Amino acid sequence: MNDNPAASDTTVTAVGLRGITKRFGDVVAVDNIDLDIGDGEFFALLGPSGCGKTTTLRMIAGLEFPTQGSLKIFDHEVGTLPPNKRPVNTVFQNYALFPHLDINDNVGFGLRMQRVKKAEIKTRVGEALEMVKLSNMGERKPDQLSGGQQQRIALARALVNRPKVLLLDEPLGALDLKLRVEMQSELKTLQRELGISFVFVTHDQEEALTMSDRIGIMDQGQLLQVDPPEAIYERPVNRFVADFIGQTNLLEGNVESSDVVCLLNGARIPLDTGLAVGSSVSVILRPERATIGSRREIEPGQSAVDGVIRSITYLGNAIVYRVGLDWMEIDVREENLPHETRHEPGEEVTVSWDHGAVAVVEGQG
Amino acid sequence: MVERYESINSESTGMSGDTAKPRGTTKWLLSTNAILVYVFFYAPIILLLIFSFSDNRNVGTWGGFTLDWYREFAANEPIQDSIWISVKVALVSTGVSVVLGTMAALALERFRFRGDRVFDGLLYLPIIIPDVTMAVMMLLFFSQFLDLIDSVLGIQITKGFTTIAISHIAFSISFVSIVVRARLAGMDERLEEAALDLYATRWKTFRHITLPQIAPGVAGGALLALTLSLDDVVITQFVSGPGATTLPVYVFGLIRRGVTPLINSVSVLMLAASVLLVILSLLAQRTTGSKGPPADADTDDEPSRVGI
Repeated sequence: MNDNPAASDTTVTAVGLRGITKRFGDVVAVDNIDLDIGDGEFFALLGPSGCGKTTTLRMIAGLEFPTQGSLKIFDHEVGTLPPNKRPVNTVFQNYALFPHLDINDNVGFGLRMQRVKKAEIKTRVGEALEMVKLSNMGERKPDQLSGGQQQRIALARALVNRPKVLLLDEPLGALDLKLRVEMQSELKTLQRELGISFVFVTHDQEEALTMSDRIGIMDQGQLLQVDPPEAIYERPVNRFVADFIGQTNLLEGNVESSDVVCLLNGARIPLDTGLAVGSSVSVILRPERATIGSRREIEPGQSAVDGVIRSITYLGNAIVYRVGLDWMEIDVREENLPHETRHEPGEEVTVSWDHGAVAVVEGQG
Repeated sequence: MVERYESINSESTGMSGDTAKPRGTTKWLLSTNAILVYVFFYAPIILLLIFSFSDNRNVGTWGGFTLDWYREFAANEPIQDSIWISVKVALVSTGVSVVLGTMAALALERFRFRGDRVFDGLLYLPIIIPDVTMAVMMLLFFSQFLDLIDSVLGIQITKGFTTIAISHIAFSISFVSIVVRARLAGMDERLEEAALDLYATRWKTFRHITLPQIAPGVAGGALLALTLSLDDVVITQFVSGPGATTLPVYVFGLIRRGVTPLINSVSVLMLAASVLLVILSLLAQRTTGSKGPPADADTDDEPSRVGI
């Protein structure tokens, strides 16, 4: 968390949360969150449904008020200000375009409410529609547009107000895969051009990894880890994060000495955990970081476990082998290259990996 | 077999439908039924229309064509006064109950507050309890409180226009609020949030977003209130005074004194007014009906319904 550039002291904090808690009756939706989102940062809040990410976003928007804590936008406390008094705008899930207004009036709504002059509204709406490449759609009603077009209008309707922070609540969730990938790169480009912060809520880890400068992972109301995508993937702080981001094998074991972990079957692998001797740990082995081969001796600088191939999944560009170890099953992913020998179910194999290829987290499942 | 028939039937709505349409005896029974229903509905109306032109003091006897009853109607001042009262009561009670009913619907649909379930239940009480009970309640209420209001506030209310209007408001609110609530429940709450997010105040959000969205419901509720007010006999009869009464109550009184075809002509005019209202409401629904709820987010990049 300390080594990321966006949160360093030189940048301005766009959104600052301190001890933010939100309770709905007895349910704690958001539990004591501290978070700084930098100006100009593309920040993703990622987590399973019900983890509190949307509630957090809604508190920043002003659609919910925090039960406790301080919420600042550019150093102004906004905790209990209504949404219309905050310099942020939201792109809603399923867009929430006003069905009885045409596109021009939809996009110009925020400006009209701020009593901007008619002529200026007209130019700015024109610019906003041009920005999302839908200039000729102004006269249409929202239900005459496709899903992708509605999503762009929702974006234009928010951005036309020149917010200091743009909030996006699962904005791409309703689009099909191809369109989603297209919109991902468009959003990213737009954010770079505008230079404002985008705070983005999603349950799609791939979306978060590809688009964000930093990701905040949430579960059960708590913010578990805030880091750039690489750090999240390479050095997850606990089993949940490791499991939630990408495919993971979690090999459980105990710390035997300062640089050896003993796995549950007794296999010893050299690994500097930095944890106390005797602590239970899980070793994170990503499927693509392991290689699979015939039974053999371990090469220097590598760790290995023996197993039997249970099943094979063909993915086209890769093959995933499910390997049965003595006490669990793991997945190993091999690139589908012509010279690689294929393995068959029932074959006895050795799964090996470089020492540096794994990470370790405390605790077992 | 039955399932198969239904699945074909549901799929063939857009086709010529030569498999699913009823045939033979079924078809014959269905069309007979339809004709019977229409006869049942409209024969009395047509009879009423015909006999309003009958030149005979006996309501049910044809005595040649005349417009006398319409002339008598035009010359009859008490009837015209009662029409005027009816219209005034209907307009006032509709106006007030639409505002109050819509507010109640908004409160129940949008906010959680202590006792909202109880309020919800109580709001619908006037629909459930019989008219006569309601009438007695109102009568009792006015007899107890009119003097009190006079002594405390110094406002003198006599039984008549004011009491009728208050009673009609009391039972119309529930109907308005039911109709408006149905519409509100179907409205996407995020539209209001989006408006708030786009710098609208609560009032402007209501004015620019919520109201246009629920307008068909409000209009429907208003028409319902108008009809109920114009129709009501039982409650009005209890709370009306000697000076002022509505048309239905006046007609009811006429019948007790002896029936003349004058009642026929009055009824025809009331009928014409009702039909006019229905036509107006249908027209209103047609203009607002084209603005349906937003199309579901389709995954297709082609415009879903261009040019409608």
